[in-house]
Amino acid sequence: MERNLLRQSSRRRAARAWTWIGVLALLVIAVFIVSMNSGYTRLSPGEVFRTLFGGGNANQNLILFQFRLPRIVITVLLGAGLALSGCILQGITRNALADPGILGINSGAGLMVVLYVAFYPVTKLGSVFLLPCLALVGALATAALIYALARKRGEGLSPTRMVLVGIALASGISAAMIVLTIRLSPDQYQFVQTWLAGSIYGTNWKFVLALLPWLAVLIPYVLLKAKALNVLSLGDALATGLGARTERERLGLLAASVALAGACVAVGGGISFVGLIAPHLARQLVGSRHQVLIPAAALTGSLLVIAADTVSRSILQPSGVPTGIVVTVIGAPYFLYLLARTKSKA
Amino acid sequence: MEHPAQSAENRLPPLRSRPLAATLIIVLGLAALVLCLGLSVSVGAASIKLTTVWEAVFRFNGDLTSHQIIRELRLPRALAGALVGAAFATAGAIMQGMTRNPLADPGLLGINAGAGLALALCFAFYPSLSFNGLIGFSFIGAALGAALVFGIGSASRGGLTPAKLALAGATVMALLNSLSEAISIHFRIGQQLAFWYAGGMAGIKWSQLAYMAPWIVVGLFGAIALSRSITLLSLGEETAAGLGVRTGLVKLLAVVVVLVLAGSSVAAVGSIGFVGLVIPHISRFLVGVNYKWIIPCSAVLGSLLIVLADIAARMINPPSETPVGALIALIGVPFFLYLVRRVRREM
Repeated sequence: MERNLLRQSSRRRAARAWTWIGVLALLVIAVFIVSMNSGYTRLSPGEVFRTLFGGGNANQNLILFQFRLPRIVITVLLGAGLALSGCILQGITRNALADPGILGINSGAGLMVVLYVAFYPVTKLGSVFLLPCLALVGALATAALIYALARKRGEGLSPTRMVLVGIALASGISAAMIVLTIRLSPDQYQFVQTWLAGSIYGTNWKFVLALLPWLAVLIPYVLLKAKALNVLSLGDALATGLGARTERERLGLLAASVALAGACVAVGGGISFVGLIAPHLARQLVGSRHQVLIPAAALTGSLLVIAADTVSRSILQPSGVPTGIVVTVIGAPYFLYLLARTKSKA
Repeated sequence: MEHPAQSAENRLPPLRSRPLAATLIIVLGLAALVLCLGLSVSVGAASIKLTTVWEAVFRFNGDLTSHQIIRELRLPRALAGALVGAAFATAGAIMQGMTRNPLADPGLLGINAGAGLALALCFAFYPSLSFNGLIGFSFIGAALGAALVFGIGSASRGGLTPAKLALAGATVMALLNSLSEAISIHFRIGQQLAFWYAGGMAGIKWSQLAYMAPWIVVGLFGAIALSRSITLLSLGEETAAGLGVRTGLVKLLAVVVVLVLAGSSVAAVGSIGFVGLVIPHISRFLVGVNYKWIIPCSAVLGSLLIVLADIAARMINPPSETPVGALIALIGVPFFLYLVRRVRREM
């Protein structure tokens, strides 16, 4: 009887979680549509609809299919990837403040991208596909560095020290980028500045194609590992007790998280705080079971970035304040709120 | 107030300090500073001999281009670097002593970013403001940034640990910098604000120097006047209160001095982080824990660091300049990482 009640309540909770996921998905679609309408040249919903189904004039076709759609699709993928990366990091390090941007993983990836773009212009198709791989190398190196610097024998990883090390590395890498790129042409310097501000620069279908395979492989992998994440987020001792091969699972998931961040950064620029906020918001809505948390976090991330990008393209027109800045202005206060809430010994 | 504090200091266990080393550092440092200032004036897009520099300063001849370059461009730049270096380093030393936080630095704790945001707002909405007005707003911004960081740090559960303060500082900095950048892009004032992003002395003119210098000099003297009380505060608030220090008043005065130093420096050259972090630590290592010596040594060494960094910034890739702030961050970040590892027990 009791067991029955328990099962019923957990089923009800799961149902509520999936309802929220549905709501989030609908919201993403709604903002997607709004986003297609807004921009430098406004298209009415009717025009967008007609153009989508082949009834638009050349001008509308150009705007929608060549400029707007690829950018919007990229923002959706980017938000999902960054949010998932943060979700995994928070789960495996049991650190509420973890985010690939704050931890400097994005900067490490960005350094490689910037170096590459500085020396080889991104015009050929091949180089666009090479970018995520290079970013991955940079991201992995940074992650290893953070781990080595933040870990102390006998004490393990303290959450605050990890974030502190990450912030320091991020600012060091940004400084290195500026010093390195000052030798290059003004165009390339401009590119680095834009990148650092988190402006989505990869805005054509090539970049979508470069990003898509990474997400198509990694998101199912992470979903498969949802159970392992649940166990790992309970802590090492308990996880080992429950029979998880903690170290192996953790490494696999960490690699997935770093790869997601690297691939997103390669096309999207240095956007911080998405990986921090999205999982927290999603947890408030659906609870901390990773089976539902992962899709919810991904959708929340998409929603956040696409909304920020729409704001940057419509309200802040014509100056076009970079998306990353809009996200930071929303995200930093939330981080401060979380910081005030966590105990220092956490 | 003076008397009991003094007699109390005699009762204290002797503070580990090395007055001889400190005097040596100050004298040699000042000599090196003069030399570096000369070097800084002679190095640049047009290379000028040191003898010409000497002539331009002491036997100025308005007909010579090189003399004009020195008088109008190079000299204010070098002097501004020296002043600002002293100001940032002293502000950092005071903050570290007052908060007993090894990670304190006006750049890392949001003070510079607050001043920067105030500047961005001024440029956007009140472009005709005089430089003195800019400095005033920059003080207010610096105060707001500091209040935000310390407010959030104190409101947090588990109290104000060094790590938390640094985290709150870094985040507030990210937030305020993003807002400034958004303002500068939206109102198309990036050109005027460009100096502020990276920190640079390139555009300094005599008029700005004349406005900034009195503030910094007053701030430096204030810091030296407060140094004894700050030494006592650095032993712990209760100890200081027990020894007759009016801790509330001293803290208030110290905060005002920090805001004056950091605010006027940011208004002139933009945000340069890590100077206030690294230099006081080096000074403490060299001269011991007495702020009577740490503060003047920090001022001298801070000047030296910025003047040298400014020379390096021009030499790395002539004729274009590497942002000084980025160069100093490259030195400062490893140092910061080292500190984070060392102070772990207090975190």
